[in-house]
Amino acid sequence: MQTDILIIGAGVVGCALARVLSRYEADIVVAEAGPDVASGATRANSGIVHAGFDAKPGSLKAVLNVRGAGMYPQLSQELGFPYRQCGALVLGFTPEDEEVLHLLLEQGKANGVPGVCLLGREEVLRLEPNTNPDVRLALYAPTSGITSPYEAAYAMADHAAVNGVRFLFGSRITGVRRGDDGLWHARLGGTEIVCRILVNCAGMGSAEIHNSLCSEPLRLIPRRGQYHLLDRTAELPFSRTMFQCPTRMGKGVLVSPTVHGNLLLGPSAEDIEDADDTATTADVLSAVLETCRLTWPGASVRGGITNFAGIRAHEEKGDFVIGAVPGQPGAYETVGIESPGLSAAPAIAEMLGAQIAADFGLAPKARVLPPVPMAKRFAEMTDEERARAVAEDPAYGRVVCRCEVVTEAEIRQAIRRPVGAASIDAVKRRTRAGMGRCQGGFCSPRVAEILSEELCIPLTQVTKFGGGSRLLTGTLRQDGEEAVL
Amino acid sequence: MDVTRTVDVLVIGAGPAGLAAAIAAREDGIGSLLVLERENAPGGILRQCIHNGFGLHRFKEELTGPEYAQRDIDRAVELGIEIRCGVTVLSVGADRTVTCVSPEGFQRLCAKAIVLAMGCRERPRGALGTPGTRPAGIYSAGTAQKFVNLMGLMPGRRCVILGSGDIGLIMARRMTLQGAKVLACVELMPYSSGLNRNIVQCLQDYNIPLYLSHTVTDIHGRERLTGVTVAKVDENRRPIPGTEIEFDCDTLLLSVGLIPENELTRGAGAEISPATSGAVVSDSLETTVPGIFACGNVLHVHDLVDHVSNESARAGHAAAAYARSGERAAEYWPVLDGDGVRGTVPQRIGKGGGSEVSLMFRPAGVFRKAACVVRCGGREIARQRAPIFTPGEMAVVRLPKETVAALDGPVTVEIERS
Repeated sequence: MQTDILIIGAGVVGCALARVLSRYEADIVVAEAGPDVASGATRANSGIVHAGFDAKPGSLKAVLNVRGAGMYPQLSQELGFPYRQCGALVLGFTPEDEEVLHLLLEQGKANGVPGVCLLGREEVLRLEPNTNPDVRLALYAPTSGITSPYEAAYAMADHAAVNGVRFLFGSRITGVRRGDDGLWHARLGGTEIVCRILVNCAGMGSAEIHNSLCSEPLRLIPRRGQYHLLDRTAELPFSRTMFQCPTRMGKGVLVSPTVHGNLLLGPSAEDIEDADDTATTADVLSAVLETCRLTWPGASVRGGITNFAGIRAHEEKGDFVIGAVPGQPGAYETVGIESPGLSAAPAIAEMLGAQIAADFGLAPKARVLPPVPMAKRFAEMTDEERARAVAEDPAYGRVVCRCEVVTEAEIRQAIRRPVGAASIDAVKRRTRAGMGRCQGGFCSPRVAEILSEELCIPLTQVTKFGGGSRLLTGTLRQDGEEAVL
Repeated sequence: MDVTRTVDVLVIGAGPAGLAAAIAAREDGIGSLLVLERENAPGGILRQCIHNGFGLHRFKEELTGPEYAQRDIDRAVELGIEIRCGVTVLSVGADRTVTCVSPEGFQRLCAKAIVLAMGCRERPRGALGTPGTRPAGIYSAGTAQKFVNLMGLMPGRRCVILGSGDIGLIMARRMTLQGAKVLACVELMPYSSGLNRNIVQCLQDYNIPLYLSHTVTDIHGRERLTGVTVAKVDENRRPIPGTEIEFDCDTLLLSVGLIPENELTRGAGAEISPATSGAVVSDSLETTVPGIFACGNVLHVHDLVDHVSNESARAGHAAAAYARSGERAAEYWPVLDGDGVRGTVPQRIGKGGGSEVSLMFRPAGVFRKAACVVRCGGREIARQRAPIFTPGEMAVVRLPKETVAALDGPVTVEIERS
């Protein structure tokens, strides 16, 4: 396969970059090892668009976080993914914490974060009455926001695809080399993708690609974060993201509403060996809960609907590595994109996209197509809107997921999006069918049927998330033998 | 949006509860009656319960789930009851307006009385907080039952079943009969929450071991499940290190409890009991919202469908009476759970009522040679002995109408050990 630009990795950074570059006259392929957009770190993180006070002034993390966070309000409007500027508090409980908070305030100001200030105990308890009354001081960042990281990535991927970007899934690049033709050759299974421009956005896999190109090696440590997700309730205990003071291992444990009205507790921060090990463990999950009690003495996982873990790619030196690979013209990279990577992603794409376009003199397209509009969720429609939707498409009248009120029409749309859903989990993340309190118990058989119809595959080939994650092992045995597919 | 239709009695759900309530209301002469069902056919969860054992009390014979449902469906058809399938109710208001949607359109209805009969759902893995990976192959027992019995598909070949609820036990046998190997049934408690007959007929008859006081402590496999770790638990239900057993399996079925599905009930503003997760109801099965009644598994999780039908018929009669008169009790005596008793229904009895009342509850543990005693203001008003009380079986105590008429204070239900 031949292309102008190969982007390795369809996480939020790869998708944001693909979207930026799709405005130029260039053929673009995104090769993703996982079964879908957002299969790695983008899938499982806190979903916070950080205000930008955490990173050291002048670092790429600081500059790109603040810039990226500023882009989210408009980007989410334009692409139709959820985002809410709910604000955040960083809580201090000890005199040492207070020192840290003063430092964060200075950093925030130096980084140009709008509106950061310190609040006393009374003010904190007035804003968030469920906070531990032992709080002494808090940093308040009004521009901190929450988003749905994978929905942001889907929306960017969809827009890129509308403008001609091709996405390959289950396509792990196992090596890159410069050919005698001066072009980049990326090994994919038994074949190669040949391109002029190579961009490494491979998340946890990005160091390996970097090290194969560059004599100055980078080392990424898989840092696992485990979370509890609680059911939606009429009134959440907090309306803002509640941080504790950051530690050497990260921003610490948070308690935060999600854009979908759930409550998220976590993450832990454990450096592990295996970058694919997203298992949760009993001891860490209970430690996360215990740590959350400092913020929220009433913390409980009663009402828990699931627990999960994600992996952050922690770079030893601590800053993002973004730009041209030294000594390798035509090769670019984004390595060590841990927090605030989600917040910074649009800015990373803007910066790197501009650099690539300038280096290669890429011409802007005469016409860039707008995003495919995201239909409003049935669950969020007014009665009048629901009546209109059903009148236009009767499939809106069939509620498939009763917990999250997701209709058949929305599930079919998700499968038919430019980068459409091809598995139960892919449908779940795009539509929320199966995200609710029954966790797909009622709707997954029906979602499997719809996938089978839309993708023209037998039900026995429908997967939970691609690869070998088949839902079913066969049909009922016939003539004394189970028919195995 | 305007109300497009007004009925006297609206029943939400056409499972065994909704059907029995609708039949009772029609038999009481309610002509303006509508049943809404979200699935494409009436019958509720019985449609996928193809095993036998239903109807022993009510029909004095052993029926399969679909057969049991069909008797009520036939009766409803005979009575000309309008059942609209494929309709999902989206909201119920305290003013008894209802919004619903179907491929035919979005509608707002209004009723003089509403019977809630939406049933229950299964507790998922997330509610247990079981750690480990999140591969394919983990299903609630009811989901697996739907795959096998309604869709003709096998969810797996080597199974472990967590929880010994009735659906889990039934599925242990069903999977075995379909050629799968069921390695174990694992129960956290020192006793099963399922019916004894199911332990015998579904596990013992097929040599499937039941591990009491055990639980799944870890889940393995990246894509499809490859195994689970099971460990013994102490009296505080905490896993005991060193007791782990590894099972090599591709399927984990969960039968770890049922939860009444009360989103609509909450939306209507009805009080929910933390003990049953269902609505707080009076002896006429009326919720705390006037004219809204609840029955069957949406009210409290039953053991036998026969009990569901009986209870729901009472709700149907009560809804019919309310639709006619709009009358309800002005004051109530509370019914309280005493020792060994959890989730007595009804939670209150109307003062001055003169009908027999059945008090139903789940024993909070296993009690042998015990008696259930009902007291009113310190005075014993009913006593019922049983060789055994277990959480798997619903206990029922009847208060005759004279007793109900003579109530003069709060009622307490307790298990008395001899």
